[in-house]
Amino acid sequence: MDASSPEGAPPTLRLITCGSVDDGKSTLIGRLLYEQKLIFEDQLAALERDSKKHGTVGEEIDFALLVDGLEAEREQGITIDVAYRYFATPRRSFIVADAPGHEQYTRNMATGASNADLAILLVDARKGLLTQTHRHAIIASLLGVRHVVLAVNKIDLVDYDEATFRKIVAAFEAFAKPLGFKSIEAIPVSARYGDNVSSKSQRTPWYDDPPLVDHLERVEVEEDRRQAPFRLPVQWVNRPHLDFRGFAGTIASGGIRRGDAIVVASSGRQSVVAKILAAGREADEAWAGEAVTLTLADEIDIARGDVLARPDSRPEVADQFTAHLIWMSPDPLLPGRSYLLKIGARTTPASVTELKHRIDVDNLDKLAAKTLALNEVGLANIATTMPVAYDPYAENRDTGAFILIDRVTNETVAAGMILHGLRRATNIHLQGLTVTREAHAALKHQRPAILWFTGLSGAGKSTIANLVESTLLARGVHTALLDGDNVRHGLNKDLGFTAADRVENIRRIAEVARLMSDAGLIVLTSFISPFRAERRLAREIAAADEFIEIYVEAPLETVIARDPKGLYKRALAGQIKNFTGVDQPYEAPEAAELVLHTAQSTPEALADRVIAELTARGHIERL
Amino acid sequence: MLYSIGKDSSAMLHVALKAFHPAPLPFALLHVDTAWKFREMIAFRDETARRLGLDLRVHVNEEGLARGVSPVASGSQVHTQVMKTEALRQALDRGRFDAAFGGARRDEEKSRAKERIFSHRSAAHGWDPRNQRPELWRLYNTRVREGESMRVFPLSNWTELDVWEYVRAESIPVVPLYFAKARPVVEREGSLIMVDDDRLPLLAGEKPEMRRVRFRTLGCYPLTGAIESNADTLDAIIAEMRAATTSERQGRLIDSDESASMEKKKREGYF
Repeated sequence: MDASSPEGAPPTLRLITCGSVDDGKSTLIGRLLYEQKLIFEDQLAALERDSKKHGTVGEEIDFALLVDGLEAEREQGITIDVAYRYFATPRRSFIVADAPGHEQYTRNMATGASNADLAILLVDARKGLLTQTHRHAIIASLLGVRHVVLAVNKIDLVDYDEATFRKIVAAFEAFAKPLGFKSIEAIPVSARYGDNVSSKSQRTPWYDDPPLVDHLERVEVEEDRRQAPFRLPVQWVNRPHLDFRGFAGTIASGGIRRGDAIVVASSGRQSVVAKILAAGREADEAWAGEAVTLTLADEIDIARGDVLARPDSRPEVADQFTAHLIWMSPDPLLPGRSYLLKIGARTTPASVTELKHRIDVDNLDKLAAKTLALNEVGLANIATTMPVAYDPYAENRDTGAFILIDRVTNETVAAGMILHGLRRATNIHLQGLTVTREAHAALKHQRPAILWFTGLSGAGKSTIANLVESTLLARGVHTALLDGDNVRHGLNKDLGFTAADRVENIRRIAEVARLMSDAGLIVLTSFISPFRAERRLAREIAAADEFIEIYVEAPLETVIARDPKGLYKRALAGQIKNFTGVDQPYEAPEAAELVLHTAQSTPEALADRVIAELTARGHIERL
Repeated sequence: MLYSIGKDSSAMLHVALKAFHPAPLPFALLHVDTAWKFREMIAFRDETARRLGLDLRVHVNEEGLARGVSPVASGSQVHTQVMKTEALRQALDRGRFDAAFGGARRDEEKSRAKERIFSHRSAAHGWDPRNQRPELWRLYNTRVREGESMRVFPLSNWTELDVWEYVRAESIPVVPLYFAKARPVVEREGSLIMVDDDRLPLLAGEKPEMRRVRFRTLGCYPLTGAIESNADTLDAIIAEMRAATTSERQGRLIDSDESASMEKKKREGYF
């Protein structure tokens, strides 16, 4: 949250200072604060004391000490984290993120750059461009910083030589060409003596452009977030009483007026803005950056994490996309591991399905990689459990950025910037349905459910499922039964028995079961489904509280003895590979809603228990 | 929400009320009282809670009181440790709060400048400045494990001047101590200490005199220095601030012990 700028003034400029160790970033910030009279007498007194104790510039005031906050940093003489500084000139307010120059702290620079509109890149005039300079320019560009000031510092130490300055500027412009900066302003400065910081230096008569502060006051960085399409990530549903239901959040881009049509990106539901509360007061319109609560003309389902947009310019919705990742944890990236992905106000499980390559941030080279370590950058495909609404990061920094969180340690392990969606996931906007699933179910006097029977082959899944369905039919309940063999003959006849095909088999069944439950049906599925991960997937696809996992349990000896289809005999003889229970494990459910032991009861008795469970859960009416 | 009665708390409370409008605040306000706050602060606190219908909870470290800890008898360091830092930990533990809002701003002090907006605290309320979660964009990682908590600083990027301009723009009530008035003070080691009640022992030669003073920051009255000023309106305060040559915390006696003292206190759980 930023405080607002005075009326009519250009908006607060958020900038980051970066450069190599000893290029003088902290000194420059200290100089800026000092020259804007923002160092107070008591702070100056402390600074003079500290300069004597830790200072590196002899008898003069070491401005860097003012900025390097933490004790440990002062002792080591380097900045180790991002520090924020605030100053204002009569023309504009500034928030400065002071990012570290030391190589191992790249993640902090990315952190500082994520909210910055402009980067001041410091170069030591004596040393010219270093690897670090390239790295920081690339990271700034990756994080969407569009304006750069190349501050060629310590110009005093090269005798204010124009040729040295021009050479460095030419080298940087050649290097930065592919990085897509909107503006690059090169300024010769001496942070230590103040040349070209707040006022033009007499010692650089060859430099005609404005000094640093003038440039910062004037630079226009508004990427016209107001002009971009309207996006409101919903943070909270405000429902103080039955007559008020508002959707609260900060507008990420664009604007909205009372009476405008809006759509919920993920569901496709539409309505019209009835009322806008901007910071607690009723307003006719609201714009990017404002915290608002909207009420709508219709009761449509909207939850925290949904994104509201206009129907004619919607964000993309996908569960698979390609993104740049900056890895920020000492523990390396594990492709396939489930992390939490937070985008806007939505958090969903996600995993890296493919690491395409690593990017060498010193020169933009693409390197083959199996993992990403701390401070490494890569391009990856990501899959989320729930579809998310997003825009490409280059178009919208608020709706195109995400973080990954470790599910065990809760650490933020990566920052991500979305490039584009993958395959069919993108650009298929869900159609909002007029007849709701609730209406379907109400007509049938039942509440939909998915009864997911799992267990070894021959345990009795299909037998019990058939008995249950017959009983339900007799009671006038609308059902559908999906059985392994039947599905394999039709819907999934293109699938084999490889691990990937088995996962796809279950995914399709789960999706079909979901569609049928949306139509109000009670769906029974009878599949071995041996792996917990697949069953979890099916549960996540189902609507909340509608998935009932039923573990049909029988000891392996019993099912081998039963062997109704003669399969165990062939598997044990080595004629069938990957047979569950023989040479492939069955992962028994840990928390099934219902466990049926078929060795101890009759199928009829067990079917009655399923009916009782459905009744108790309110899916069917009591007799 | 940690409510310290000062101008920052007033601004933060106002922002929260607006954010949740028309719903009431969905959380309680917690004031950690040290028993040495200015009387006008306590009156303002109670009046604010009544006027806005807030769920205000006040916590005092009773054990510290029983031990006779006070800024007068124990000195500023022990008093702050027991009656503020420990008291806050007690209150947070008792309420089992997993997040507490605070009105701290990054421009206040050097170690605060590195504070995250969502700042993670261990189960013992410790802060580890070397090992903070990176905080990018406006994406806050709010996840904590059982027993751990978050300190949340929504005003992180505001400056002192921003706070005053906001107070003026929104006509937010603040404690009258911020406005200049003739008050009884004694001069002690260069600071003007207000004699708010008869618990402040006067040293030899000290005699309270009426001077026109106001406060830039509010805390325990024996530890809070006043400044001589004629600024008795918001406009005058803002004009005075623009011309100020000393920092806001200069009036806080507890900071001047050592320049890294804020970081030390924060590591131990101070806000």
